[in-house]
Amino acid sequence: MYGGVNLKASLFVTCIADMMYADVGKSVVQVLRRNGVELDFPEGQTCCGQPAFSSGYYKETAIVAKKMIEVFENSEKVVIPSGSCAAMIHHGYPILFENDPKWKKRAEEFVAKTYEFSQFIVDILGITDVGATFNKKVTYHSSCHMSRILGVEEQPKILLKNVKGIDFVELPFAYDCCGFGGTFSMKMADISGAIVEEKVDNIISTGAEVLAGSDLTCLMNIGGRLSRRGIPIKVMHLAQVLDQGGGKNAY
Amino acid sequence: MHIEPSFRKRYHKALSDTAMLKAVKNGTGRLRGQRATAVEAVGAERWMEFRNRAEAIRMHVIQHLDQYLEQLIDNVLKKGGHVCLAKTGEEAVQYISELAKKKNAKSILKSKSMVSEEIHLNPALEKQGCKVIESDLGEWIIQLAGETPSHIIAPAMHKNRFQVADLFNAVSEEKIPTEIADLCGYARKYLREKFLGIDIGITGCNFALADSGAITLCTNEGNARIISALSPTLVTIMGMERILPGLEELTVMLSLLARSATGQKLTVYNTLSTGVRKEEELDGPQEFHLVIVDNGRSRQLGTKYEKILNCIRCGSCLNACPVYRNIGGHAYGWVYPGPIGAVLSPLYQGMDKYGELAYATTLCGACTFACPVKIPLHDMLYALRNDKVELEKTGELAEDIAYKGWSATFASMSRYRFSIRMARRFQFPLVKAEKIAFGPPPISDWLKHRDMPALPNKFFHEIWPEMNKDRKE
Repeated sequence: MYGGVNLKASLFVTCIADMMYADVGKSVVQVLRRNGVELDFPEGQTCCGQPAFSSGYYKETAIVAKKMIEVFENSEKVVIPSGSCAAMIHHGYPILFENDPKWKKRAEEFVAKTYEFSQFIVDILGITDVGATFNKKVTYHSSCHMSRILGVEEQPKILLKNVKGIDFVELPFAYDCCGFGGTFSMKMADISGAIVEEKVDNIISTGAEVLAGSDLTCLMNIGGRLSRRGIPIKVMHLAQVLDQGGGKNAY
Repeated sequence: MHIEPSFRKRYHKALSDTAMLKAVKNGTGRLRGQRATAVEAVGAERWMEFRNRAEAIRMHVIQHLDQYLEQLIDNVLKKGGHVCLAKTGEEAVQYISELAKKKNAKSILKSKSMVSEEIHLNPALEKQGCKVIESDLGEWIIQLAGETPSHIIAPAMHKNRFQVADLFNAVSEEKIPTEIADLCGYARKYLREKFLGIDIGITGCNFALADSGAITLCTNEGNARIISALSPTLVTIMGMERILPGLEELTVMLSLLARSATGQKLTVYNTLSTGVRKEEELDGPQEFHLVIVDNGRSRQLGTKYEKILNCIRCGSCLNACPVYRNIGGHAYGWVYPGPIGAVLSPLYQGMDKYGELAYATTLCGACTFACPVKIPLHDMLYALRNDKVELEKTGELAEDIAYKGWSATFASMSRYRFSIRMARRFQFPLVKAEKIAFGPPPISDWLKHRDMPALPNKFFHEIWPEMNKDRKE
């Protein structure tokens, strides 16, 4: 435990981590518990609603968003290991309930207690070194919605730089989009493909062994391209890096 | 220039034009790099203050547009000018064409005007026998090529110097080398001569000042200044929103415009020209016509898209946009490309024609952050998508059904968990070494350029109970 923190929080693992990256969810839990957070995993959670919202289906999004607001109604704090899902709640929910005062208020309460993973560790727990060790050369892609919409830019890099043994290199044009863009990656697959190619070229240019990030969909996009090109750069969520060498499992 | 009606076909053509893409990546890279340096020199905090002031100025003007238009028109008339308030592009073209006829104009020289591109002025004037010459270097290049601009401030960004040399050599008697200095030297020599025999000069307008009727023109080549000084008859075309109250507001906008567009502290030539030549003056037009073009603009007033009228056409959202940088400007189809074009085109020209552009974005928000007047461009792209769903219906039944199904599934944890368990059970024909490389639509689109991880043996919600087994309550 660091700094004697003991804080209750609920994990909103996100649909993508739940169904495709269970290991990331596991690392999130381990890192947070190791750092003194008492974590629960409220039943009923599914998705923040981003896919439908980005496609313009606001009514359909609102049905799911209301459900999530209810699920986390009794949570003191909510932690999400995804920049864009946290941004969806912070920026998207108020838009969804613009003309619905009752739900707007409930949405605002949800927004006020919801934090992205690195933001929670640095800003709420006040921890900048989680006690991890990782002897690798690592670069970091700063996802667009996390840095621009949510405004969380420095926290993940602070945490990474304090990992023992890490050789952190800045990614050129880290702030450029990876080309994912939700359904854009399928609707305009070839433009998306051209954009991710630029991102991958920039990653290769750093000579890093690991690409870290805070948004699994961006990482799935970049990782998918690296895999297709047969480039052996490992793609990891920030939580997985912070979970390295942290002693025995905390659970 | 024929424009292919399908956006998909347009951008596929663009994606295969390697010379164009290289030129666009160079051009946008240079411009956004220079902008970043300029913003850094100002300092992030002060830059934000500047943007806030600029936003407030533009919002104030847009919300009082009727009053400022009236004041502007009054002042232009007082200083001996004529004013045409054109509801549509056709009305503006007709006014200018009739003027050219009346003046028996043979030679018309233009400085850069995106509105004139928007209303297709040149073809109309040429049709009635006028010789129209673009005097902005970039505009002249694309005029020689018979193309439209591909960038708001650098219309020929998509061409490299070898292509430009070919275009110049087609009109030149001597052979022009492909060095940039030689190309510029030739253009200067060629265009200089043309300035001497102008019948009508046509300029665009960066800002019109309501309190004096002055037209502000910003160029790096000085061509707009020569045209406003030497044309016996001068026509200025402006979008109806391009007004500022006066000089004080202009200083804020000029410093933002130059830095956002090219990273310069100030554009090289900032010309303010007011009305017709007075008796004691040595230059300036004998006749001045201000053509104020609506063409879809007033329709935005009072709507959730009103802020789009803040735009000062700096082009910085184009340079910031990953989609623009990878397809160039022509693929967007209308005169304004990039994020601003993706919003303007459906709003001004109709959702049926350009609605697809609302999807030509990753919604990364780089445009919004690059915008000097704080137009929430990516929020507007979301809103346009929502409009398409709510008001126009997407016309894509499969998508409507998919999202109905999505919300029914994701509103219930058990339905969600059931559906992903089913997906895991039936993914096996596609999985090879824990990843998926081939599959049916719609994931086939994803798989075109990337692999996809297979669904793992255990979902997180299946691991969670194991993680809590040994924990004391």
